[in-house]
Amino acid sequence: MTTGAVGRAYPRLEGPAKVTGTARYAVEYPVDGVTYGWAVPAAVVRGRITRIDTTDALASPGVLAVVHHGNAPRMALGPQPELRLLQEPAVHYRGQYVAVVVATSLEAAREGARLVRIDYDTGPHSTVLTDDHPGLYKPDQVNPSYPTDTAEGDFDAGYAAAPVRVDVTYRTPAYHNNPMEPHATTAQWHNGQLLVHDSTQGATPVRATLAELFELPPESIRVVAEHVGGGFGSKGYAKASVVLAALAARHVDRPVKLALTRQQLFGPVGYRTPTIQRVRLAADTDGRLTAICHDAISQTSTIREFAEQTAVYTRSMYAAPHRRTTHRLVRLDVPTPFWMRAPGECPGAYALESAVDELAIAVGIDPVELRIRNDTAVDPDQGRPFTSRNLVACLREGAQRFGWAGRDPSPRSRRDGRWLIGTGVAGSSYPARARPSTATATARPDGSFLVQINATDIGTGARTAIWQVAADALGVPPEKVEIRIGDSALPAAALAGGSMGTASWSWAVIRAAQALREKLRDGGPPTGEVTAEADTTEEVGGQPALPRYAYGAHFVEVRVDADTGEVRLNRMLGVFAAGRVVNPTTARSQLIGGMTMGLSMALHEEGLLDERYGDWVNHDLATYHITGCADVESIEAYWLDERDDELNPAGVKGLGEIGIVGAAAAVANAVHHATGVRIRELPIRLDKLIGVSDLA
Amino acid sequence: MRAFRYHRPADVAEAVAVLTAEPHAAYLGGGTNLVDLMKLGVQRPDVLVDVTRLPLDTVEEMPDGGLRIGATVRNSDLAAHPVVRRDYPVLARALLAAASGQLRNMATTGGNLLQRTRCVYFQDTSKACNKRKPGSGCAALHGQNRDLAVLDWSEQCVATHPSDLAVALAALDTVVEVHETDGPRDIPIAELYRSPGAHPERETTLARGALITAVRLPPLPAARRSTYLKVRDRASFAFAAGSVAAVLDLDGDVVRDVRLAYGAVAHRPWRAYRAEEELRGRPFSPEVAARAADAELAEARPLRHNGFKLPLTRAITVRALTELASS
Repeated sequence: MTTGAVGRAYPRLEGPAKVTGTARYAVEYPVDGVTYGWAVPAAVVRGRITRIDTTDALASPGVLAVVHHGNAPRMALGPQPELRLLQEPAVHYRGQYVAVVVATSLEAAREGARLVRIDYDTGPHSTVLTDDHPGLYKPDQVNPSYPTDTAEGDFDAGYAAAPVRVDVTYRTPAYHNNPMEPHATTAQWHNGQLLVHDSTQGATPVRATLAELFELPPESIRVVAEHVGGGFGSKGYAKASVVLAALAARHVDRPVKLALTRQQLFGPVGYRTPTIQRVRLAADTDGRLTAICHDAISQTSTIREFAEQTAVYTRSMYAAPHRRTTHRLVRLDVPTPFWMRAPGECPGAYALESAVDELAIAVGIDPVELRIRNDTAVDPDQGRPFTSRNLVACLREGAQRFGWAGRDPSPRSRRDGRWLIGTGVAGSSYPARARPSTATATARPDGSFLVQINATDIGTGARTAIWQVAADALGVPPEKVEIRIGDSALPAAALAGGSMGTASWSWAVIRAAQALREKLRDGGPPTGEVTAEADTTEEVGGQPALPRYAYGAHFVEVRVDADTGEVRLNRMLGVFAAGRVVNPTTARSQLIGGMTMGLSMALHEEGLLDERYGDWVNHDLATYHITGCADVESIEAYWLDERDDELNPAGVKGLGEIGIVGAAAAVANAVHHATGVRIRELPIRLDKLIGVSDLA
Repeated sequence: MRAFRYHRPADVAEAVAVLTAEPHAAYLGGGTNLVDLMKLGVQRPDVLVDVTRLPLDTVEEMPDGGLRIGATVRNSDLAAHPVVRRDYPVLARALLAAASGQLRNMATTGGNLLQRTRCVYFQDTSKACNKRKPGSGCAALHGQNRDLAVLDWSEQCVATHPSDLAVALAALDTVVEVHETDGPRDIPIAELYRSPGAHPERETTLARGALITAVRLPPLPAARRSTYLKVRDRASFAFAAGSVAAVLDLDGDVVRDVRLAYGAVAHRPWRAYRAEEELRGRPFSPEVAARAADAELAEARPLRHNGFKLPLTRAITVRALTELASS
């Protein structure tokens, strides 16, 4: 299909609207009679509200209402307890929203929120994850529905018998989702019907959640998410802003706009859990793995269990006769962790791919070669052949492009003046999945076509990719096709998450287009509009359970200042095998975005919790550092021409997450190669490396 | 945020009069710090006196060879000024190391000197801070204090001064011109800032209502050999983990004169007099520079998370001076 639209670097359809500012985000739609909501966070870690004094707030100019558990509209007990906001006086973590002030201006709402006086009864709290926390337990499953523990062979015996062993523990801090557009909602009630413009990755699931909470038929609710300024997973389900805005709008009987501040994004919207990961690897003297064990510890809140699948990556990545993975969790008085770009796989790969590097050194084998030796055609977890696995091809092509050959493996072997220079590699994999979706395709008398699906474009270029797929499926030039997405009034579809958006939506769009072509078999434009619809529920559900994964390899060169410990990136190169690439421009953007976020994880980001307050204190982008442009001196992403017929009709694997998985390990491995110092706790900042010139 | 009035004075005297008369007024320069703090509820002025239109936006070469910089000169303009670049590279580099291009385009000389600490506890009204609310305690002392002071802190406050510009100006023995109700006054920059002591809320020696109108750099031919080194956790747009402003005057290889100031270590830009003393009159070597830094840091009291600032400050002292010595 190289002559079609798929595979071409079309600029994104909404680009002009975005750069000229006409693209509207959740709180940018003009609304008559609008009011503004401001969320009030709890100022204690754990306790119970004993009194809310709203006198001063209500006396403040412009303030219309203070909505709290004593007066808020009642909601049903939905499936997500953390969304039952303003229903009860209990406080489960600091920052939990306990009230919303509604006013005629944003500033008045903010000032009103400051004037709400809340008294609490408080109790002792526990907010810090440790590997010996008395509350550690084994969850029933890990996100989304993987077994908690797995075991093959006899790890303990296999490990004990091996000539080469590595036993290391890695730690990662809390990472916070900071999409450019915050969680934000405009909510309007009209005659018992609810219209929300929400910054979400899935308008369909948001509608379902609101329907449950407000006990309404889904048809009474419309959720619009035409443009979304990023999400990284944090907007994968309905979150506090949409519930608060809907509650507030119902309470004041006027439309309400509510956007969280940057500070308010640190906590209640979901963050990447801190992890403590012990990895044990054993190998023979040729570097062939004989035993692998990955024990992961992470945290959740007291109101909801979110068990991150940290060690799941290790189940399918490399083969060994004896393998074990475990997850343990502790409930702390903290906000609930949630999805953040490759939840589980991302921190898990940091640990495993670092440990593999340590093994390569221990056994004296090049880390690229070591990974190649431990490749497997059969998924060690499922026992079935992978539908496609091009890890080795990624490693080989990456090594060639990067100039890996001839690398001196000794740490501290390269120096340029004050800079110690090192290189590192890591593998990457991420599941290639799809979820059921529906779509319609319409032929119009003027020869044009309309394709409708409630997909979401969170900035990835999804709209453009679907448009390209639709054009080819309809067999027409893309200029003939109009695409409508981002609205729950459109045919329901999977959310934009888990790297399965394009796969899921393309599937439904292709089936709808095929159905339409069937209807139009006679050829020529119809006299009236002709519409065909498709629902992939059965087809997706009937897919055989095969191991489907995307793969990649990261190569990184860093320099470390021998005196100050500053780490700088010289270059970062990734090669990926991710099925068919629909749009090279947006695909590249996704991949280098993921790689940059991995760099950010390795060197910069860290949520600093003050355990006395149960709160992250560096809760803005001036103090929670994210990698900036100046930190990314050279970054390149490539992909293999991969074909896998066991995926979906479009032949695509997701690209949203494969770029971040393994990236932090490649950076950390390069830092070790440069300095001889292995930092096993991210981020690798100068205070951990200062004076490395004094270290052997 | 609180509703506030906005006032644009016609001249300096009016600005000072308004600010003195109003109990809760604040000067507005570039707004790059104050407006953030107002949104956060940390500062709650009821009148903003916008001084950016006052005729204080020029850089003048003085008859004595020094330079007089108006208080409303923008940081990016000052960094690009040819005389600054030629005669005071330490100042140009400090300015360019600060903030982001967008902020430098807005920030003013006077405002930069009076910016508030970025201590996260100061910036969060839900946590204890003696600087923000005297008597409430210092949450930072036993909290997340990686970014905070190692020198001259008190039990009441461990915050650092955030300005890069002020560190360079401290090394240059800058005179700060202020206008008070009684008229103009000169304050040596070494006397502008206070140690936290028992009253960290009092950050400067300025009288209520005093307006910085200019800063005056003395003629300092040695400053042509000067530099500013800043180390931070990412390559741009971050406050210093450590910084040093250095001026070195060599006679052969003997240190005739030296000026050193540190950022990120104390409640104020830290002029390193003791290190200077160690260096003056000695043949320069990196070892001498390291000893000088150690002498300056001998009384440092690192907090739980910021001990790294000592080797870091030492390392950048050696590097800055060594670079200057070999330039």
